[in-house]
Amino acid sequence: MSGPNSQFDPVEVAVLQPEAVDAAREAALAAIEAAGDPEELKAVRTAHAGDRSPLALANREIGALPPQARKEAGQRVGKARGAVEQALGRRAAVLEAEHEERMLATETVDVTLPTDRQPAGARHPLTTGAELIADIFVAMGWEVAEGPVIEAEWLNFDALNLGPDHPARTMQDTFWTEPASDHLVLRTQTSPVQARTMLSRTPPIYVVSPGRVFRTDEYDATHSPVFHQVEGLAIDRGISMAHLKGTLDHFATAMFGEGITTRFRPSYFPFTEPSAEVDLVCFVCRGSGTDPERGGSVVCRTCKGEGWIEWGGCGVVNPRVLRACGVDDTEFTGFAFGMGIDRSLMFRHGISDMRDLFEGDVRFATTFGSEL
Amino acid sequence: MRVPVSWIREHADLPESATSEELAARLTALGLKLEALERPAEAITGPLVVGRVLTMEPEPQKNGKTINWCTVDVGDANGTGEPQGIVCGAHNFAPGDLVVVILPGGVLPGNFAISARKTYGHVSAGMICSGAELGLSAESDGIVVLPADAGEPGDDAIGVLGLDDDVIEMEINPDRAYALSVRGVARDAALAYDAPFRDPCERDVPPADDAGWPVRIEDPAGCPVFVARLVSGLDATATTPEFIARRLTQAGMRPISLAVDVTNYVMLETGRPIHGYDADKLTGTVGVRRAGAGERLTTLDGTRRILSPEDLVVVDDSGLIGLGGVMGGEDTEMSATTTRVLVESAHWDPVSMFRTGRRHKITSEAGKRNERGVDPTICEAAADRVVELLVTYGGATAEPGVTVVGTPPAREPITMAADLPARVSGIDIPADRAVQVLRDQGFAVDAEGADVVAVPPQWRPDVTDPFDLVEEVVRVVGYDAVPSVLPTPGAGRGLTRAQRLRRRVGRTLAGAGAVEVVSFPFVGDASLDALGLDADDERRRTIRLANPLSAQEPAYTTTLLPGLLRAAARNLGRGATGVTLFETGSVVRGGSSPTPILGVESRPSELELKELLAGVPDQPLHLGLVLAGERERAGWWGEGASPQGWAGWADALALVRRLGDELGVPLSTRAAVRAPWHPGRCAEVLAGEGESAVVLGHAGELHPRVCDAHDLPRRSAAVELDLDALLALAPDRVAGPELSSFPMAKEDVALLVDVSVTAAEVEAALREGAGELLESVRLFDVYTGAQVPEGKKSLAFALRFRAPDRTLTEAETGAARDAAVAAAAERCGAVQR
Repeated sequence: MSGPNSQFDPVEVAVLQPEAVDAAREAALAAIEAAGDPEELKAVRTAHAGDRSPLALANREIGALPPQARKEAGQRVGKARGAVEQALGRRAAVLEAEHEERMLATETVDVTLPTDRQPAGARHPLTTGAELIADIFVAMGWEVAEGPVIEAEWLNFDALNLGPDHPARTMQDTFWTEPASDHLVLRTQTSPVQARTMLSRTPPIYVVSPGRVFRTDEYDATHSPVFHQVEGLAIDRGISMAHLKGTLDHFATAMFGEGITTRFRPSYFPFTEPSAEVDLVCFVCRGSGTDPERGGSVVCRTCKGEGWIEWGGCGVVNPRVLRACGVDDTEFTGFAFGMGIDRSLMFRHGISDMRDLFEGDVRFATTFGSEL
Repeated sequence: MRVPVSWIREHADLPESATSEELAARLTALGLKLEALERPAEAITGPLVVGRVLTMEPEPQKNGKTINWCTVDVGDANGTGEPQGIVCGAHNFAPGDLVVVILPGGVLPGNFAISARKTYGHVSAGMICSGAELGLSAESDGIVVLPADAGEPGDDAIGVLGLDDDVIEMEINPDRAYALSVRGVARDAALAYDAPFRDPCERDVPPADDAGWPVRIEDPAGCPVFVARLVSGLDATATTPEFIARRLTQAGMRPISLAVDVTNYVMLETGRPIHGYDADKLTGTVGVRRAGAGERLTTLDGTRRILSPEDLVVVDDSGLIGLGGVMGGEDTEMSATTTRVLVESAHWDPVSMFRTGRRHKITSEAGKRNERGVDPTICEAAADRVVELLVTYGGATAEPGVTVVGTPPAREPITMAADLPARVSGIDIPADRAVQVLRDQGFAVDAEGADVVAVPPQWRPDVTDPFDLVEEVVRVVGYDAVPSVLPTPGAGRGLTRAQRLRRRVGRTLAGAGAVEVVSFPFVGDASLDALGLDADDERRRTIRLANPLSAQEPAYTTTLLPGLLRAAARNLGRGATGVTLFETGSVVRGGSSPTPILGVESRPSELELKELLAGVPDQPLHLGLVLAGERERAGWWGEGASPQGWAGWADALALVRRLGDELGVPLSTRAAVRAPWHPGRCAEVLAGEGESAVVLGHAGELHPRVCDAHDLPRRSAAVELDLDALLALAPDRVAGPELSSFPMAKEDVALLVDVSVTAAEVEAALREGAGELLESVRLFDVYTGAQVPEGKKSLAFALRFRAPDRTLTEAETGAARDAAVAAAAERCGAVQR
């Protein structure tokens, strides 16, 4: 290194010649471009931008120049060093990106590998189905009422206008508990919940009661001694069958889809008068009665050609029931309905054998997930 | 109720164009629900014709059978007029008989196509048909031989056989007992078509006199009307006329003998059950009274019955001769030699009929009608119709004398607001329309101001209330006319907290890999034995059913485990490698108190209600879980993570604790001994602390014997909790925490304790000793082995300290740690390693 040029003499410093600076810069840039990986680039940095690199050394010689030449030489070297630093930065970014890409490539996994370390759980469609129904009604401002399954005979029968000699008591063969003097039954319907609701609240009342019920039926593909029912009860001023029809139409559409309408037929239930059976338009043939896939003359198997499927029973609450449960039948009227949850799910999901609901085979429930 | 359409048309002038489908649909719309429409002709494609057998040659065959080679005159039906050669296997006919022939090209029920074919050495061009082949009867008793006047050879046989007469089968609800008769069905059919109706019970009957059979009614409430008529000289060999036999068959009854068939025919026609006695077997006055306790009667089904004082009986001077209105006695039954018949046409108290039928488990066509209520005014007409038919078809003579005891009770008028049908149905029904509709149905109606006063016809005993009248109006106006209007309830309160929490429980468990099942809640000794319950275990105190489905499971269950264990075994048996199942359901323990039967005229008193509700046993909702087989799967990642590789006690407890965390209820456990769990691997699950701790249930590994008994792998685990109790403890509103952002200080300690000391005890001691700077403590290792003395174990805990307002110094943290260890040393004998 030359000493400081304090004499203000024009001194030629070879390394600060523009040609030399340019050559050093070009050499540096070429080396940078040639570096193939971060290691090589590190060596290039030391060689071309380090303390002992030509440009660094040239920089130190600036002091040896006469003051009037320093500025120009300083700018020249500074520019060259800046260009080298920039090139180093750019090259480092490129090489890092390339390195990362190679590293990530080596870490590639088979994303199709199974990850079923913990098998999926599921809730039962009878549970989620009851919740779906409850939500449909809660959205309309109704509430969900519940009650015990082993129930007082009076609440299951007498309060609902089924006296001890009512023929309807033989229609629904009942499980009775021992001793008979306890007057307890396994509820044959969720209607006692309606009675309990009327006895404990004042109208207006809008409740649905889903729950488990029992009848001494044979156990086969379409019957079960244990099944599930949802009943609805509305008591208010001016309630009519039109409100019943409106509610069931909405329920049917929400549960089964647009276009599934309902039909009323006269029927008989002790707790309602007038009473009706409610039918749904057949899901498969949409009311035509003929098989849509096999041509116009083949009878629809789902509804057996009727175009309609029985869904449940309903009617205007018999004033005798209102009176027994302490509702003023001169001021209020009501409607009630009830249908099988099991049966509704069988329609909705095309379940052909009711026993699948009660076997506990995990393949059944997991098909439905945890929300219907 | 099955009714041939021809019989309906006999009494209702329906338009010719009305099809059976349409008629059935209109009856359904009126409340007589179509069950099935039988169209026997639909299954047959002709030519099906009347034929006269000209010749028959019996030809024995090598297979032992003898066939008849016949020539049959079928007129011009075969196009040639020549006799038809037909092979027939039956023998119940002779040359000259009229038979039914299906010609080649025809199709019989069951898609049985007929063609000319070579058989037994002849070309058989068609077939002579049996009743079974025509779909007329279930079993075949030879070919059909038609009456000599049935028709000419070549006539279409469909009409001759009545195959063109469709049969409508209807489901009749208890309130429409009138429709258990052609009279009632035809009346509604006429109503449906606004057509004239001819009442079969409107007939001139001879006036009552004293010359008839003596009858004494001792219980007029039980038997308000009793009509008796006598016929004599009945030809015991007379056969039932074809139309009666056919209609009985169409209605689903079996023809038996003329006298019996006539009583059944009149019952179907009028709805009034009739009983015929062999008058030669009767002694003296016929009476009606209640039975004496323990009196015996053999009914005509051959059953010897011990009677109750509530049963109504028919007696004569010799003793009991019938269970009134339900079934006659064997001793006075009509037989093949009966020539004198006493016809009984009586009205009976429906409630008594119902009770007697139920008490003696008798279901009969008569009982079905009598217990639902029959028109009490038609006793004389029905008896007279029986007499007429026996005279006409049995050659009998109607004896003079008509006994009529009692008079039908009058119907009470019902007052209804004239606008009630409109208000209740939501249909615009003017008052005069309502009045007209009721009159059309036989009600005597007067309009009185804003009210309508209606006296129901006698065949409608079910109609007693204004709302009953509404249904009668609306069913005719049409249920289809009811508009669809959504009601507008006020704002609801949404789901209750318990309802929301229950959904949370299910979602938590499903999220943790458990699958929900629904089982029948019935249990028996075998299931409880399989759980290894002691004889005095509280879960053996069940509520038993009086009429269980299965004698093996006669009680409502006290535990959810039997159903869950069965379902687990079923899944493993079907190939699952592991299952975690859960169920929520109510259980109940025996020891209920009686519930009263209250009145229904008005709301029960608060005291009565309290007594009623108190009698209904508690039915807590339980949660059951069973874990069997693989819980976490082994795979490319290595082993399943369960401590034993298979589901076990720790997985069960993990699910329980997870549930507690989700519900915000801290749960703790302590060792317990309880069936069906392994005595060393059963935990009592508790909420709360110290004295106020509540036991919510149990969890742990199942006893090996219980696993074996249920075909489950050893180490299977189970849980049963009182879910209602758990949910009740879920905090309603949690206060938000204040989070310190100062650094946390960590201290790990390893403590040597006796193996009998539980982790929970040591943890509790550490907590208490560490004081309020302790943020958390967690056991992270349990070690027994080379460096640990015999009878000891090493428990390693991670203690985490933090202060709300400052960074803790090492001295503070160290002091807290030492205090924690000291407490563990003092309370648990712990020594720091």
